Amino acid sequence: MATVTASTPRVLPTGLLRHRAVHKLLLIALAAAVLVPLANARWASGSWPSALTVDLTSPLSKASDWIIDNRDSHPLFLYFFGYVSNAVVISVRAVYLVLLGAGWAGVTALGALVAWRVAGVRLAVGTAAAFLACGLLGMWVPTMQTLALMVVAVLASVVVGVLLGLAAGLSRRMDKILRPVLDTMQVMPAYAYLLPVVLVFGMGVPAAVLATVVYAAPPMARLTALGLQSADKEVLEAVESLGTTARQRLLTARIPLARKELLLGLNQTIMMALSMAVIASVIGAAGLGDRVYQALASVDVGAALAAGIPIVLLAVVLDRVTGAAGDGTEPRGRAGWAYALAGAVVVAVAGRLLGRLDWPDTWTLNIAEPVNRAVDWMTDHLYSGVPVVGGTADWAGHFTTWVLDPVRDGLQGLPWWSVLLIVATLAWLIGTWRTALTAVLAMAAIGVLGVWTPALDTLSQVLAAVAVTLVLGFATAVAAARSDRVERLLRPVLDVFQTMPQFVYLIPVVALFGVGRAPAAAAAVVYALPAVVRITTQGLRQVDPAAMESSRSLGATSWQQLRQVQLPLARPALLLAVNQGVVLVLAVVVIGGLVGGGALGYDTVFGLAQGDLATGLVAGAAIVCLGLMLDRVTQPTERRTGKGA
Amino acid sequence: MRVRAIAVGGALLLLTGCGAADMTKQASPFANAQGAKSVTLSVQSWVGAQANVAVAQYLLEHKLGYRVDTVQVDEVPAWDALSQGRVDAILEDWGHPEQEQRYVKDKKTITAGGGLGVTGHIGWYVPTYFAKQHPDVTNWKNLNKYASQLRTAESGGKGQLMDGSPSYVTNDKALVKNLGLDYQVVFAGSEAAQITQMRQFAKEKKPFLTYWYAPQWLFEKVPMTEVKLPAYKEGCDADPAKITCAYPHTPLQKYLNTDFARSGGKAAALLKRFKWTTEDQNEVSLMIADQKLTPEEAAKKWVDGHTSTWKAWLS
Repeated sequence: MATVTASTPRVLPTGLLRHRAVHKLLLIALAAAVLVPLANARWASGSWPSALTVDLTSPLSKASDWIIDNRDSHPLFLYFFGYVSNAVVISVRAVYLVLLGAGWAGVTALGALVAWRVAGVRLAVGTAAAFLACGLLGMWVPTMQTLALMVVAVLASVVVGVLLGLAAGLSRRMDKILRPVLDTMQVMPAYAYLLPVVLVFGMGVPAAVLATVVYAAPPMARLTALGLQSADKEVLEAVESLGTTARQRLLTARIPLARKELLLGLNQTIMMALSMAVIASVIGAAGLGDRVYQALASVDVGAALAAGIPIVLLAVVLDRVTGAAGDGTEPRGRAGWAYALAGAVVVAVAGRLLGRLDWPDTWTLNIAEPVNRAVDWMTDHLYSGVPVVGGTADWAGHFTTWVLDPVRDGLQGLPWWSVLLIVATLAWLIGTWRTALTAVLAMAAIGVLGVWTPALDTLSQVLAAVAVTLVLGFATAVAAARSDRVERLLRPVLDVFQTMPQFVYLIPVVALFGVGRAPAAAAAVVYALPAVVRITTQGLRQVDPAAMESSRSLGATSWQQLRQVQLPLARPALLLAVNQGVVLVLAVVVIGGLVGGGALGYDTVFGLAQGDLATGLVAGAAIVCLGLMLDRVTQPTERRTGKGA
Repeated sequence: MRVRAIAVGGALLLLTGCGAADMTKQASPFANAQGAKSVTLSVQSWVGAQANVAVAQYLLEHKLGYRVDTVQVDEVPAWDALSQGRVDAILEDWGHPEQEQRYVKDKKTITAGGGLGVTGHIGWYVPTYFAKQHPDVTNWKNLNKYASQLRTAESGGKGQLMDGSPSYVTNDKALVKNLGLDYQVVFAGSEAAQITQMRQFAKEKKPFLTYWYAPQWLFEKVPMTEVKLPAYKEGCDADPAKITCAYPHTPLQKYLNTDFARSGGKAAALLKRFKWTTEDQNEVSLMIADQKLTPEEAAKKWVDGHTSTWKAWLS
């Protein structure tokens, strides 16, 4: 989950680096001295000048009207989108009917036996337990619906991803063209493109599957390309010397050599697809996501959790099983597979004969009530009036007044050109003039789209949430890196944080922090923390033991060791953690819009709710631009890694 | 089962394989899974709408033998889904003139299904405990006096007027401006967030001012008093930017997909006749949202106690 392929930055001698930094600063100062008075004389306003904006409202509304008017008659819909849509419906239905036909016993047996063949006995037991838990929670049928949807969406994502990945892996130029496309697919909040997809395909499963593919295909594409590009040169030369054609080389050498990356890509794609299961429920995807969403409407945390747990279980099981397949340590044989398949069929048939196809109603466990009671207790006792430390509502208020407000007002108070200058300076100091240019253009695009002020509001929330995430994340990671036990205890907690649908914790977050920007920040921290902790822990642990040993022999205390040896040596990992923190926090901006975060997140939700393509898409595009800018400003390395891939 | 899946798939392929693929004729892949007649109802995010659907679903399933699927969709996309036949009916609509013009009058893909029997009203509310201490807060003219008491961290130096989900009809930003009120509209972003915040305020007996609507089960838990705004007159909300009047009282409407209304048999007939009172709806809503009964249990309770009401819908 969110495994990140770390890469080493170019290391320059400090002297040279300092020299270049001064150079860059001088150049920027010179450019500013020339350009700023010009800009200021022409558009003196502090906020983005309205003369430099483009209003997309009318073309976007026209486009949406055209789609609605022509959807039932235009050949494009009748002969293309209609078929796509039908194909999705038919395949999801087929998978669903097979799952229902196998019955709960058959599905559980099949899952466990596959896990056994791929990953060993322990995971087989875990898989069976996870399926049974879904049934126990009274979620069998929704789980099967989600599973059917996932199977089709993941297959489609893998096909799309591998095709894109092949193109990028075999041609440098395609790679260059595709990279920004993949970036956009991942950073664009799903909410923003749900509406266009719904306009074309209508509510329901086809739209949900296609939205999922847009979101889940990029990691597959990236890792396929990476696998192809990093194939061992010597092996390839050896194969070439045998006089093979390019196609034979691809099929017999390059693809098999990239097996590990391909499996990691599959793993990432499954995780991304599952995380869309809930968001897609907003446009009628049914299944577990829909249960979570409906529970949210009646403010019922317990019911939302009952539907959220199966999602977590599915995610953890699928992650571990596909992860084990990627390691490829378990012995495999055809005979074993045959036994496994036969076993599953036997169990399924036995289930049918016993008339136990549906999960028995009496075997369910009602967790909603105790959970709701626990949430009520928490909010009753923590909300306010806790001695000495104050209640969570007070913290939220202070955080808003002392952190969020000043940062927002500061950013919005800056003249627009100075924001661009700051972005340029930061990006250039950390990267190349190209990254600086991208960052500045992205920021300028936000102004041109006419959402400068709300975008800076969102930016202030992102910065504050990232700061909190980093403080908490680094502290936790230091503890985890120093003690194996802490790390072991932490692992399931991080898994849950990372895979639990965000809709489940919206209500507790509001109950604790009230409505506003503070709960939005809290939700973002919960979501981004696991990745930051994981990357940092890994980075700290990989610090050369020899360096640690020698510092200890010199009599350094534990604190000195951490500060002077471990942290500096783990710098690349820390930077990557910062970058991932920023990207992930930004990914929850829309969720923040649902709890009072306002700004771009609210606009995106508004666009979908009101069928207003102009508001929703423009806000979504602005979020992409913010993401692009923040990524360039925080990512010093040449190769960048996207969200989760 | 496997054979049947392939057969169904094959049949669908044959049906769609040649000629145009009609996008208005696609049901959910999960519908009719075990060979039952099925109806798909759209549920909106508020509990009143859930209550309508729960009772309709219970009757359709237990008295008429249908299988009912529900889909939660925001209001405007729901109209679109209704016109395409992705859902068969919307049971509670708060007035969408633009959509009505497009789908009911022009394209005729949606048919009006008559009134729900419940009248909806949007307004500004303060908790009754606060109104009792300060009776004059219930007139908009005195609101500025209380702005400082209604201040929160989110509203800056002004008083907070809390608005809810982005899918709701609201003129509040314009109202605050045009009436010269010292308030900041803070969007809770979702009804769930708004309700949670109101209950949290009520627990501490803190004052608050909020956009809210009736009928709503929350009034039973947090008694609230409406703040009087300048009276509503026909057409006074024509220009959203210049608006200075209150929200109208809206008799809530049902809408059916035209094909379904024509050939939906007993199910369509039941949904057309479905009509109950605000009290009925609140009774069911409260069971769902506060007593945490499942919608089905709540519907069963209501159905058991109100035979005479629903018998009329079946005949």
